[in-house]
Amino acid sequence: MSFLLPCPNCGPRDVNEFHFQGEVTKRPKRAPTLRELTSYLYFRENVAGPQREWWYHRDGCEAWFQAERDTRTNEVLSTWIPEAGIASSQAPVVQI
Amino acid sequence: VRLGPQPYERIDRTGSIDREGHLVFRFEGQPVRAFPGDTLGSALYASGRRVFSRSFKYHRPRGLLCCSGHCPNCMMEVDDVPNVRACVHPVSGGERVRAQNVRGSLERDLLAVTDKLGGPFTPVGFYYRTMIRPRWAWPYYERFLRGVAGLGKVDKHHVRSTRFDTEHRYVDVLVIGGGSAGLKAAEHAAAEGKRVALVDEGPDLASREAGTTEFEILTPARALGIYEGGLVPVDAGTILYRFRAEKIVVATGATEQPLLFPGNDLVGIMLPGAVRRLVNYWSLKPGNSAVVVTTDDRGLEAVEDLRRASVHIAQVFDLRERRVREIAARGKKGHVRSVLVDGETFDCDLLVMSGGVQPNYSLLAQIGAKVEYDISRGIFLPSELPEGIQAVGAVTGDGISAEPPPATFNGAAKKGKCFVCVCEDVTDKDVKRAIAEGFDSIELAKRYTTVTMGPCQGKLCHLPSIRLYARENETDEAAIGTTTARPPWAPVSLGLLAGRPHEPAKRTSMHHRHKDLGARVMWTGAWRRPHSYGDPVGEAKAVHDALGVIDVSTLGKLVVRGPDAAAFLERLYTNRFADMAPGRIRYGVLETDSGRIMDDGTIARLDDETFYVTTTSTGAGAVVQWFGWWNAVWHMDVEIVDVTGALAAVNIAGPKARALMERLTDLDVSNEGIKYLDAVQGDVAGVPCLVLRIGFVGELGYEIHFASPYGEYFLDTLLERGRDLDIRPFGLEPQRVLRLEKMHILVGQDTDSESNLLEANMPWIVKWDKGDFVGKWSLEKVKERAVRENLVGFEMANGVVPAEGAQMVVDGKPGGRVTSSRWSPQLERAIGMGWVPPELAHEGAEIQIKVDGKLEAASVRLRPFFDPEGEHLRS
Repeated sequence: MSFLLPCPNCGPRDVNEFHFQGEVTKRPKRAPTLRELTSYLYFRENVAGPQREWWYHRDGCEAWFQAERDTRTNEVLSTWIPEAGIASSQAPVVQI
Repeated sequence: VRLGPQPYERIDRTGSIDREGHLVFRFEGQPVRAFPGDTLGSALYASGRRVFSRSFKYHRPRGLLCCSGHCPNCMMEVDDVPNVRACVHPVSGGERVRAQNVRGSLERDLLAVTDKLGGPFTPVGFYYRTMIRPRWAWPYYERFLRGVAGLGKVDKHHVRSTRFDTEHRYVDVLVIGGGSAGLKAAEHAAAEGKRVALVDEGPDLASREAGTTEFEILTPARALGIYEGGLVPVDAGTILYRFRAEKIVVATGATEQPLLFPGNDLVGIMLPGAVRRLVNYWSLKPGNSAVVVTTDDRGLEAVEDLRRASVHIAQVFDLRERRVREIAARGKKGHVRSVLVDGETFDCDLLVMSGGVQPNYSLLAQIGAKVEYDISRGIFLPSELPEGIQAVGAVTGDGISAEPPPATFNGAAKKGKCFVCVCEDVTDKDVKRAIAEGFDSIELAKRYTTVTMGPCQGKLCHLPSIRLYARENETDEAAIGTTTARPPWAPVSLGLLAGRPHEPAKRTSMHHRHKDLGARVMWTGAWRRPHSYGDPVGEAKAVHDALGVIDVSTLGKLVVRGPDAAAFLERLYTNRFADMAPGRIRYGVLETDSGRIMDDGTIARLDDETFYVTTTSTGAGAVVQWFGWWNAVWHMDVEIVDVTGALAAVNIAGPKARALMERLTDLDVSNEGIKYLDAVQGDVAGVPCLVLRIGFVGELGYEIHFASPYGEYFLDTLLERGRDLDIRPFGLEPQRVLRLEKMHILVGQDTDSESNLLEANMPWIVKWDKGDFVGKWSLEKVKERAVRENLVGFEMANGVVPAEGAQMVVDGKPGGRVTSSRWSPQLERAIGMGWVPPELAHEGAEIQIKVDGKLEAASVRLRPFFDPEGEHLRS
């Protein structure tokens, strides 16, 4: 892999500067069944095409951001730092 | 051999010699004279040398063929570096050059016998089919074969003396190839105000007129490939440039191709470019009497240069005008003496063959261009270039016109070996045999015959071999197709790819003081830490009896602040923080969502919205990343600051710890003033500090955090003021013993990727009633499925210390494993921790542990070995 990834803060950088955290997953909102839990933990869509995924600019600004990348070509379609409103669907409902 | 001074020598251009200067290098111990501008190859040629190497398999003598650094014929060992192309390696003076793949001398190589007698033993694939029986004998065969066939030898004991570096470069336009098309493209882009770099292999860099637009030229430098994202690694000797460019202009030109006829590898048979370089760059006379066989104008251009160098031209065959069916070169001792063309013999000591050129499309094909066969010109051409890639000049087929030659010029009669591939010594017979055996696909045949897999990587044999496959398969070249083009385009030394030896180490701000105190330093992750100060037993004893101090600056340290700070930590850790009073401390364990124990540490609440979190030394980076990620998911109102490097920390522990603290601070350090698990801010030894009263080594202890630059001063002060209290610094090894006495888990040592808190016997730290937290669901599933193993302590019956990783045996079967074990001088017992089946996870259960092949008895302990009630800690 040697493509460039545009960090939302730093601009296009060598992909080796980043840590890849895998595709954006949906964390179950309430206590899951064993099947729901294992599919959240261990199963991935593994799409051949555009995929939303997490990246961390480890050797740079240390920002976590999301990218849409075509897994077939490594073309990065867009990157963004998730904001409260947008990514709230991923966030677990927490009752404290 | 050297011609008289030539008019162009005065012109300052790459490759031409300077007769004013004198250089000397050694070949096989003998001095060889050279001019500045000479290459090792041209100087050796000038000295009269014609045989430059012995071939891969048959040990046939080989001389200069391409003279441009592509073919294998001039590979030599230069200053202990094997496989250096002498023809393009500039002389700088003092080199030690040796021939390779030779027993004896280049002129008399004992292994040349394989050429004469080897006939039945050397067909393609012979060794691999024959020498595997009996199977056990293969290693002996292999050792023999590797000794007699191959390239240069790597000196296993050679000390690395060259420093290689990597440099990342960015330009607007990168031009690969400095021929006239490449230069023009570079000048054009530079004139538009673009930042331009041009890289070129060196020998053929076209001349530039002075005063033209400025741009950077790197030479000799070879683009090794074009990778994903337009990454172009460029080999510039000891620097690997990693180029990125908005636009890449490929102007790699074309490579001259040989003709296939019996005896086509004899010394004195050259490509036209080789002849022209010898004359024009180094003023050398390539021979006395020449025959030229050509399919294009290159051969004719060579004729002109030869005439200028007063070489007698015996005969010129222009295959565009005259059809030739049979060519056979004949030689004496491997040197060409005559050539037979359609029944007529011509004496010569130089045979120039030109089979046209093949565009160097490899870089373009690597990045995704298509490669198609052009039937009229008999060459493969790149097409459909990806965005951002441009091709100019001969690589696109520009200016190439040639009559495609027949696959071979073999007559009916046997006239010697006809080489398809000079690198690997593969003949037309080998290729035919491979096809007869069923290797009809080019990719399979390539792997079987190894054509194109030698040092030239197909530059001189790819096209001719495809022609031969096409003819033998009775099809055309387009149907045969090409093999996949892969980097590297040119040979690259492994040292360059490896780069500079790089082993980053982290040291605390007290590191040098540890060394002064006699510390034995060890690696823990990227940290360098004191293993001990020479007396681990005494150091541990000092903590129990008096006072010890350990540098714990390596602990990960985070400040978590904000209105949501408590809620944030409650979601990440398994226990509670919201109900914690400011100024108090709690131990916490991080789990992943799969329930795995990830890290542990202490969390101090400094005020309502501020927590000071410590992590394990090696887990700090992962925890910082982990916190950041979850906050990117949750968007809570909290800030996370990593202060690991900014703050140093020491732990002072032992019964006299309070006495020392009283001397150093105005804080009330009484058991009421700073209670167990209190966090207090104040000056210690005049330094603003955060004092955490925790003790993972079992005795009364204070963990003191302060700004890193005070490190040495702080440690000095502690040791000085504590001298009469018998203070001693202690290292990691005594700390391991002290921790184990308290049965504290060491994440990553006692736990692995399967370990969760329930099975690690820490259910007390999981607060089920507080709502969702990371790892909760998986722990619930563990609770449902029941525990499969437990982490427990154990005590050996007879004091033998088992190895860490030792097996526990239950009813004669493997039943568990030891993860930590030490001799405790304090307890005078061998103690440890390990995983056992749940039915044995009760106090006093009898287990057996394998030590040196024997079973030793041990009994399970669930409570700390030392001070189980924690009275020392709370004292």
